[in-house]
Amino acid sequence: MFYNVISELTRQYVYKLAESGKRRDGRVLDQFRDITVQTGVIGTAEGSARVRLGKTEIVVGIKMQPGEPYPDSPDQGVMTTNLELIPMASPYIEPGPPGAEAIEMARVIDRGIRESGTIPLSDLVITPGEKVWVLFIDIHVLDYDGNLFDAGTIGVIKALENTVVPAKDYEVGEENFPLKIRNIPISTTFVKLGKVIAVDPTAEEESVATSRLTITTDLNGDLRAMQKGIGGGFTLEEVETCIEKSIRFGKQLRSLLWEKPEDVVTPEEG
Amino acid sequence: MGSPKEDITLIDEKGRRLDGRLPNELRPIKIMAGVLNRADGSAYVEWGNNKILAAVYGPREVHPRHLQNPQKAIVQCRYNMAAFSVQDRKRPGPDRRSIEISKILSEALESVVLVERFPRTTIDVYLEVLQADAGTRCAALTAASVALADAGIPMKDLIPACAVGKVGGRVVLDLFKEEDNYGEADLPIAIIPRTKELVLLQMDGHLTVEEFKEGLKMAYEACEKIYELQKQALLEKYTKRKDDLLDKETVEKFLERTEIPSEKTELEGGEGGGEEEIEAEEIVEEEEEVPEGEEVEEVPETELLEIGEEFMEE
Repeated sequence: MFYNVISELTRQYVYKLAESGKRRDGRVLDQFRDITVQTGVIGTAEGSARVRLGKTEIVVGIKMQPGEPYPDSPDQGVMTTNLELIPMASPYIEPGPPGAEAIEMARVIDRGIRESGTIPLSDLVITPGEKVWVLFIDIHVLDYDGNLFDAGTIGVIKALENTVVPAKDYEVGEENFPLKIRNIPISTTFVKLGKVIAVDPTAEEESVATSRLTITTDLNGDLRAMQKGIGGGFTLEEVETCIEKSIRFGKQLRSLLWEKPEDVVTPEEG
Repeated sequence: MGSPKEDITLIDEKGRRLDGRLPNELRPIKIMAGVLNRADGSAYVEWGNNKILAAVYGPREVHPRHLQNPQKAIVQCRYNMAAFSVQDRKRPGPDRRSIEISKILSEALESVVLVERFPRTTIDVYLEVLQADAGTRCAALTAASVALADAGIPMKDLIPACAVGKVGGRVVLDLFKEEDNYGEADLPIAIIPRTKELVLLQMDGHLTVEEFKEGLKMAYEACEKIYELQKQALLEKYTKRKDDLLDKETVEKFLERTEIPSEKTELEGGEGGGEEEIEAEEIVEEEEEVPEGEEVEEVPETELLEIGEEFMEE
């Protein structure tokens, strides 16, 4: 458990505020915090991005190296996603191997990227059956104030967009070349505060939330990944409303972070 | 989700799937309650080719101590796949997948268990996948809530779970392995039947909003069916299977004195609130005849469900 320890008074206060449509940091329920993204921040990485979502701050680094494909998928590259909740990010995080929270977040982010075909694994093949690119996505959490799902997804896309495949360095190609991204998935995370639902939770809100729902949508507004978390439940109507909002937020965030999102992606050949 | 393969036809022209099922058809499901001796509660589920055991221990002391919550019990689920449960041997021990599944299943169960009643304790739920054929998390969760009820843990309701997915461009219910490997989307859900709330919801793959809604509807209907099977499994243990648990004489006396309605009609009539209450009273009466402590524990289940409702209204 790395969530903040919160007093019962604060919990009640957060719920009460939420019921009147307000939040502790002055936002309304359907409002994301400010996002700033900086790319190419790590020289030793093939691609990188630093994302600040309110007071949450993460760095995403992409490393690539040639390796062998899995025996059951000889014509596909390998992509792994890892998320590190390091103790510097919050007083409630302890050192050690990734816990269930970090694993869940990494896997949900991974699912959105993978299932939307942002980087089709067939793009990562060097010699079919023999040599493929192994792509490591590492998300480092520097300052934890909630909603790593959404900050993480944005960070990963921005870092991938900025990745240069080190073909020449590893002597598997003539030149290093930029990695193509084929889609822009955006995830939006909702929490239930008492009876109402708020988007983009802070660490405090996550700690008092009774339920959580993450929805990842693609450029078309189709669903690519979903995850319900924390105890509690969502009604059918609530899920449908969240999906609607998620598609809307996805569009907004895409146009906020990319001038022309459609131009950023390269359609898949064939 | 695996990548779709062109050369495999997952649904034929007649709309039949590889194993002969229709798109909205479940695999055969068998649920049994109380199959283990040492555990406080247990259940076994056979779901198509899935074979899953669930055991419940607790409420009991939390180790390590710092995990305990002074306000409520914690529900700790351990989902584990046996090394021999899959085609290529699985390395034993928790991997990232099973850690994630354990976490979401714990959270789903915590939403129905009346955790406020057992502060500072843990309720441990062990889920062993002995044989896997896709949909294990849903089968495991289905077994888990039966095992919890079998352990006499007060709950708001049982949790039936089921997956829907997209295969060969169509939304289908309850994927089995080939469909899971080559399908386009997977959407496991679990609900609280009394409130219709979703307590487990995951998705990966590619679905349009319309397909999602269609799939969810299908899964809800399937969950209602599974819910009946869960209740039936519990009823069976505490009525028909008495002879496994008590000596013959007691059983015969018990059977003489109580009229056991055939569960089938009893269960089907259980839709309306009024009828359900009658059913509950009957069970209470039956149970009073039994001198065993274990059965007396089970009596409160229906009462507790009512308490659960009050609790939720608060």
